[in-house]
Amino acid sequence: MSEVKKIATREGYGNALVEIGKENPNLVVLDADLAEATKTGMFKKAFPDRFIDCGIAECNMAGVAAGLSLTGKIPFMSSFAMFAAGRAFEQVRNSIGYPHLNVKIGATHAGITVGEDGASHQCNEDIALMRTIPGMVVMCPADDVEARAAVRAAIEHEGPVYIRFGRAAVPVINDKPDYKFEIGKGTIVKEGTDVTIVATGICVDSALGAAAKLEEEGIRAEIINICTIKPLDEEIIIKSAQKTGKVVTAEEHSVIGGLGSAVCDALSKSCPTPVYKIGMQDIFGESGSAADLVKKYKLDAQGVYEQVKEFLNK
Amino acid sequence: MTNLELQKTANEVRKGIIKGVHAAKAGHPGGSLSAADIFTYLYFEEMNIDPKDPKKADRDRFVLSKGHTAPGLYAALAHRGYFPVEDLTTLRKLGSYLQGHPCMQHVPGVDMSSGSLGQGISVACGMALSAKMSGDSFRVYTLLGDGEIQEGQVWEAAMFAGHRNLDNLCVIVDNNGLQIDGNIADVCSPYPIDKKFEAFNFHVINIDAHDFDQIRAAFKEARETKGQPTAIIAHSVKGKDVSFMENNAGWHGKAPNDEEFAIAMADLEKVGEALCQK
Repeated sequence: MSEVKKIATREGYGNALVEIGKENPNLVVLDADLAEATKTGMFKKAFPDRFIDCGIAECNMAGVAAGLSLTGKIPFMSSFAMFAAGRAFEQVRNSIGYPHLNVKIGATHAGITVGEDGASHQCNEDIALMRTIPGMVVMCPADDVEARAAVRAAIEHEGPVYIRFGRAAVPVINDKPDYKFEIGKGTIVKEGTDVTIVATGICVDSALGAAAKLEEEGIRAEIINICTIKPLDEEIIIKSAQKTGKVVTAEEHSVIGGLGSAVCDALSKSCPTPVYKIGMQDIFGESGSAADLVKKYKLDAQGVYEQVKEFLNK
Repeated sequence: MTNLELQKTANEVRKGIIKGVHAAKAGHPGGSLSAADIFTYLYFEEMNIDPKDPKKADRDRFVLSKGHTAPGLYAALAHRGYFPVEDLTTLRKLGSYLQGHPCMQHVPGVDMSSGSLGQGISVACGMALSAKMSGDSFRVYTLLGDGEIQEGQVWEAAMFAGHRNLDNLCVIVDNNGLQIDGNIADVCSPYPIDKKFEAFNFHVINIDAHDFDQIRAAFKEARETKGQPTAIIAHSVKGKDVSFMENNAGWHGKAPNDEEFAIAMADLEKVGEALCQK
């Protein structure tokens, strides 16, 4: 078997900013002293005059981005998810969300794959926080291809957008000639009839791995990749749930308020279905390598496989 | 406008504040009244604006960082011709475009929504930086409360503005000395305000917030200041010109009842009549 290409979604983010920066002179990028890590440093190098380092002051950065958007620029503000969505939550809510400004938030180092930095930096709450803001688009790309597509779509979309990116290199799974991206559209990446696994971010690859193991046991799982958590593609989820009758959600995020909750919200309205939520089970993370952490917290293929099995056997 | 005309206009703005807050049975009269002369000067003299074209591209921008004093901003905008003065009494009512705190989507002339303290100054910084990046000549004004500057974000923004030499930014601090819980010096003193802004590379001007000669001179000085932003520390009287509201923290966020409304309007009529005799 050939080695699967692995790239962190934050790399895709940095590359996309540079690419779009060449086409769109209104694109400006802000960071809070983390340009190397968030990969906005690539944009800084290419377009120093359109890069604004705000220093370690994320709340002010959110307001500055708002002001830039009010005067014709398209700002992408970046920091780690913990600070962009967590620390600056109220600024994002009141200075960006409430006036529905055209500000894009590129939040990197989301989830536990931050790794060694530990729980203080592992943001498992950002999807929950951001999806409560009216009008906010929330996306979580699964790989490099999707990350770049999401950045482009965000810039073409009028209004606030939050995109979460990861630190760790992840397999490229969407590198196909017919790949298309649209905000609010999920994709079935594997068809099945016995159980639906709705996954986002790094868990899409884990779900594919889990499905392969389940297949060996005659269990055919349908995998839906949800990059846009808000607005959610309810139709694709409900249709699949009607077919399989059982739904598992998988995300590198708290099971409270994230993809799992969004899926439950959708299903409970028109297609009540038993749902098992894979994610961080109302606990903080810890230091360790990304690989060790996803294993411990059962977000890798084996972990998803085990939890799906357990759910199906109930 | 002459100083007398400005004073008469400010008196009308103050009446608009009292009428609005009284009709709403809620709102923030104290800090609206203390800033009424600043609102008046900005909208009737200082800023490049056009009420008939509220969104014209090269207009000067204003961000009311102390958003709770919306009654003052609304009264100034209404008297300047952005919308009917009669609408001021719809303040805070269900369905009114005059929300308790400014909402930019609904009010002509409001450049940014605000209300959560400490945030407007950052937005003003973004607007000023944007003008610098594009070579635009508009200026950006933002009004802060003296209690508001207890918010840490204000100093993040001040550091940013000073560092980036945003000389197209003018910060005004309405220094009326009072916040909800009492005297700002007792609650958590922000003094010395001028020296703090100086330390953040601002050009600082202290003025009497109710003296139009000083207001005029300060804004002129701000426009002429190059290479650094300006902070005007406007020493004001909370509740200015309403006898029982003056220097009383209790009137920060409370509406007058009918009896108090009558006294307040009589106070303001008296000020207006005295101006007419000048």
